[in-house]
Amino acid sequence: MRISDMHGEFFLQGNYACAEAAISAGCRFFGAYPITPASEIAERMSYRLPQLDGVFVQFEDEIASMASILGASWAGVKSMTATSGPGISLMLENIGLGMMMETPCVVVNVQRGSPSTGLPTSWGQSDMMQARWGSHGDYGSIALCPKSPQEYFDLTIKAFNFSEKYRLPVFIMADAVVGHMTEKVVIPPSEELELIERKYTNKKGDQYKPYECCDDEFVPDFAKAGDGHLYHSTGLTHNEKGYPDMSVETHIKLVNRLINKIRDNSEEIILLEKRDIDDADVIVISYGITSRTVIPAIEKAKKKGIKIGYLRLITVWPFPEKLILELSKKVAGFVVAELNMGQVALEVDRCAKYCTTKWLPHPGGGMHSQSEIIKAIEEVAHAK
Amino acid sequence: MKELRVKISGFGGQGIILSSYIVGKAASIFDGKNASMTQAYGPEARGGACSSQVVISPQEVDYPLVDETEILIAMSQEGYDKFLHILLEDGILLYDSDLVTNLQSHKNFKAKKIPATRIAEELGKKIVANIVMLGFATAQAKIASPEAMKQAIIGSVPAKFKDLNIKAFDYGYNYKGE
Repeated sequence: MRISDMHGEFFLQGNYACAEAAISAGCRFFGAYPITPASEIAERMSYRLPQLDGVFVQFEDEIASMASILGASWAGVKSMTATSGPGISLMLENIGLGMMMETPCVVVNVQRGSPSTGLPTSWGQSDMMQARWGSHGDYGSIALCPKSPQEYFDLTIKAFNFSEKYRLPVFIMADAVVGHMTEKVVIPPSEELELIERKYTNKKGDQYKPYECCDDEFVPDFAKAGDGHLYHSTGLTHNEKGYPDMSVETHIKLVNRLINKIRDNSEEIILLEKRDIDDADVIVISYGITSRTVIPAIEKAKKKGIKIGYLRLITVWPFPEKLILELSKKVAGFVVAELNMGQVALEVDRCAKYCTTKWLPHPGGGMHSQSEIIKAIEEVAHAK
Repeated sequence: MKELRVKISGFGGQGIILSSYIVGKAASIFDGKNASMTQAYGPEARGGACSSQVVISPQEVDYPLVDETEILIAMSQEGYDKFLHILLEDGILLYDSDLVTNLQSHKNFKAKKIPATRIAEELGKKIVANIVMLGFATAQAKIASPEAMKQAIIGSVPAKFKDLNIKAFDYGYNYKGE
């Protein structure tokens, strides 16, 4: 087997599965600063990328790491970085630049207990809102939450596809359990993977305007640095030519496009797993590792005669607003279990106009007990 | 068969995490079951308390953590003290009899001991103590088939130490515990 064709069945750690998926997706630049519990991604990339004529750089910090993957992407190379919450905090300025310059790349956050340096070797899900609103300003955001090493692999491929298609940094919101969990991972041969590549412009030289979109499209065609196009790109509000333009009209048009390219395509981007939600009285909403730890409690509560649905958010951003609104007309309420103090529960609450939302917060480092999940389900069922 | 949970505890440097990796790989890749392996360690690495765990199931593993366990392997006194309470009634305790000496009551479960570290030293390398213990656990607690365990070991250790590790596994497998 050639090293680049690593495929088959492996007993693989989640973080390694993420690195292998990036390689399968065509990622050939990785810039990062190591941090627990994300370091294994950098470790694997550091020996896999040189085998494939790719480039691995360990930078002096996360600020430089994020800048480097933007630069690599502008050179036409698929790029990725991986860190944990404290590193994302440092990257946010350049993540915002990536959003504004519409730069395809993938940012992995293996979440640990926080705030600040928090629990380095333990888990949490408390950076969910950071992935939505972390960098200043308004922009659309995509965040995917894997529950297992296999899904970590699959979603890393998807993250690259979304980043290429919609031209933005895409977040993979893993956590320390899934990152360090080892399970069977099936890696398909690369020719069987569905890969989306960014749309390069056909226009030559100064005919090309880097931020020009047709009326029915939200994403401008790309030209990579060094291909002879005359272009300019900046974090300042810019016109179709990429030049700074401080007019209100240009600003309104640009910011709306950054939001609408995600919002108007949210049906394609939102991935969900639904079980028994059609005739449920109570729906338990969870994502990432929590979507596995709630299952034994749901099974026990079902034995008490409660009709329980299970809704797993594979995509957390954009949020499935319409679905939650529709379901809220039919159910007694939602129970939202997550390893933070209510970040996604608040979103559910915002959208569930016709039923109650029961928050089940936990700051991380541990897991919800089965009894507290059952108690929450019973409370919502009995309030009907 | 229902779920089988294995908790392995010791200190950093003993190959506690590699042990779980081998058990999980044997079960999922070579025995055709599902296995989910997770680990816990502190900010320090070598010498600090360390534990790892595997859930083996014919079905997909939903809950991957081990809050209570059918099998506990203790490679240190601290690991024994910390996790004995999660061992279920009728469970199996396997421990290194030279490293775990301050014993509590074992009346609710089966307890089997082996001086795994001493045996490993006699075989030539202390580092294979975990493999001696895995051989012992395979025979005494049927955590996976011995063939699958050997395949997993061969794929997980440096090639030049393959023979030593298989020897260590066989020694543990054939050891008559008390």
